[in-house]
Amino acid sequence: MQSATLLKRSINALSKQSLIIATGKRSFQSSAILRSDALSRHIDTDDNNDHTPFDFTEENMKKVDTIISKYPPKYRQSAMIPLLDLAQRQNGGWISLKAMDKVAEIIGVAPMVAYEVASFYTMFNRTKIGKNFVQVCTTTPCMLRGSTDILNACKHHLNINVGETTKDEKFTLVEVECLGACVNAPMICINDDYYEDLTPETMKNLLTQIEKSEPTKVGPQNHRKAAEGPQGKTTLLEAPTGPICREDL
Amino acid sequence: MLVNQLCKLVPKQSTVSGISSLIGVANYSTVQQQVSDATVRSYGGLKDKDRIFTNLYGEHDVYLKGAIARGDWYRTKDLIGKGKDWIIKEMMASGLRGRGGAGFPSGLKWSFMPKQSTGRPQYLVINADEGEPGTCKDREIMRHDPHKLIEGCLVAGFAMRACAAYIYIRGEFHLEAKVMEQAIAEAYKAGYLGENACGTGYKFDCYVHRGAGAYICGEETALIESLEGKQGKPRLKPPFPAMAGLYGCPTTVTNVETVAVAPTILRRGGAWFAGFGRPKNSGTKLFCISGHVNNPCTVEEEMSIPLRELIDKHCGGVIGGWDNLLGIIPGGSSVPVLPKDICNEVLMDFDDLRRVRSGLGTAAVTVMDKSTDIVGAIARLSKFYKHESCGQCTPCREGTGWMWDVMERLVTGDAKLDEIDMLEEITRQVEGHTICALGDAAAWPIQGLLRHFRPEVEARIHSFQATKKQSPF
Repeated sequence: MQSATLLKRSINALSKQSLIIATGKRSFQSSAILRSDALSRHIDTDDNNDHTPFDFTEENMKKVDTIISKYPPKYRQSAMIPLLDLAQRQNGGWISLKAMDKVAEIIGVAPMVAYEVASFYTMFNRTKIGKNFVQVCTTTPCMLRGSTDILNACKHHLNINVGETTKDEKFTLVEVECLGACVNAPMICINDDYYEDLTPETMKNLLTQIEKSEPTKVGPQNHRKAAEGPQGKTTLLEAPTGPICREDL
Repeated sequence: MLVNQLCKLVPKQSTVSGISSLIGVANYSTVQQQVSDATVRSYGGLKDKDRIFTNLYGEHDVYLKGAIARGDWYRTKDLIGKGKDWIIKEMMASGLRGRGGAGFPSGLKWSFMPKQSTGRPQYLVINADEGEPGTCKDREIMRHDPHKLIEGCLVAGFAMRACAAYIYIRGEFHLEAKVMEQAIAEAYKAGYLGENACGTGYKFDCYVHRGAGAYICGEETALIESLEGKQGKPRLKPPFPAMAGLYGCPTTVTNVETVAVAPTILRRGGAWFAGFGRPKNSGTKLFCISGHVNNPCTVEEEMSIPLRELIDKHCGGVIGGWDNLLGIIPGGSSVPVLPKDICNEVLMDFDDLRRVRSGLGTAAVTVMDKSTDIVGAIARLSKFYKHESCGQCTPCREGTGWMWDVMERLVTGDAKLDEIDMLEEITRQVEGHTICALGDAAAWPIQGLLRHFRPEVEARIHSFQATKKQSPF
């Protein structure tokens, strides 16, 4: 009986798979494609291959020296993440093959070590992104406060799906894991700035402002200040005093 | 014997000496009376004068001038002049337990660093890789009170004979890292750090290091790996970081809040800090309350405050009233969810939350009202852990994926009843079988869900089976 059910299941599975093969889109996979997770394997493209030039600018070279000086001389590899970050910023928000090679060369390690690190951390983009990198937090605390609506508002306004870039290359939309501003949920991060306490309306306004290159208000998008409650604070009502110190010090 | 045991139960604040004088004549009932009197003490209601983070909301000057006006860097030289052993003794007396989640006694942890120089430098590493869903307290410290952290680095670093502190800030906290960097530059300029820190002759450096988006780097050995410029994959312990940590040198990794409260504790005395909260859970703590409350906020309160009071007093209550409460995750995403009947009574401290089989973690309270899809909420956490698993240990790498897969099907009810037990078994097989605690953290929310909300999960399966055609897989 059981084997018969199993057989039936596998036949079902096969027919489903052959259907997928016939449509020519998907092969040996039945789960949905995860577009939000960054690509970690390198594919040669016109703007990212072995011959794409990359070198730090003179200004950034100074920064490189400052960064490396933070760590003991024997352990230059510690500068790996800050340098990859610097390279990514110079390269317009994503990191090319040659940029990783350059960082490895400066630090004095094999290029593979740089590739390993760049593919491990989610903040390194291995493919080209738009000018504004819209990262919507959808983890539980934000989800409870309506991040799904925020994500949908972004999708509708920009007319793209998660993981895609707009045609004018102004926006890339991704879903990210907890960004650590849960009290001010729902929130998003665009490039380096946090925008908190969003509603679908304020989200759309924000995107419109950015589209028009108008200045935006970073932080909470409503009246509240930092992590104090929207109904006002309940503590720290008195002004802070000077030091209080024991007598036997 | 019984009397002795009961005496141990009595909180420090009661007159223990009074009880011991009774021992000679006391019978069981009088001692019991003493115990019940002592436990009547209620917690919460911290006064503004006893708050450590007086610029939590960033209303005042964040930088050096404002910090000095609020009492930072006051007689730091004298604190250091008291010596290493004195600092550690005071920290032990304060009863401070690590604020990063595990709750290990801080004074004890600091004392693990080698007392005699081994010829190698020693390091203090500050864990500011705050990424636990629900948690956003260290962020407030770094962007609004950076000098508390820097002063804490110096004092803690001195006590553990460290030559430098590295503050590992998560990559997304760009603003916070900038504020910290500026504050550190100020401290160097004012002579509080550097060759002759605070005029004590002690050389101490402080650096900011930004991460690049990996939750796992909040684990101490993964953080060290990441700081060394590698993939953030946790190391096997032992050797513990206090023996061989950053660059193979003795290292202590500690949370931002733990270090930032240290100078105030030392200035006001360990006994002052120990006066708050229940014994072994002493002190004040930053609580961050998110989710379905009217007034979500980060607030400093006394430890052992009842959960309900915390929410009613500071957060304007649960949306729709306390009766509309479904469940609460009391300490960041890794701890099991609690249903309403437990939330009615439970105190917010390490031991009481352990008693109800949850945990204080980072004291990040996520409130869920009755409109919440509780299975969906936990399934989203499973997705989080699947995403954040570093992939080093097989039970976690594979198990988090399986757990997420089953959880996603339980959301719609597209599963068989025995799969609930199967899921429970997977969580047991992941838990405790990995190098770091991420496997445990992924398993606990699901265990909590199944422990308290199993009827809800079963109901979904039944309703799915009644209305829809089951998938053959």
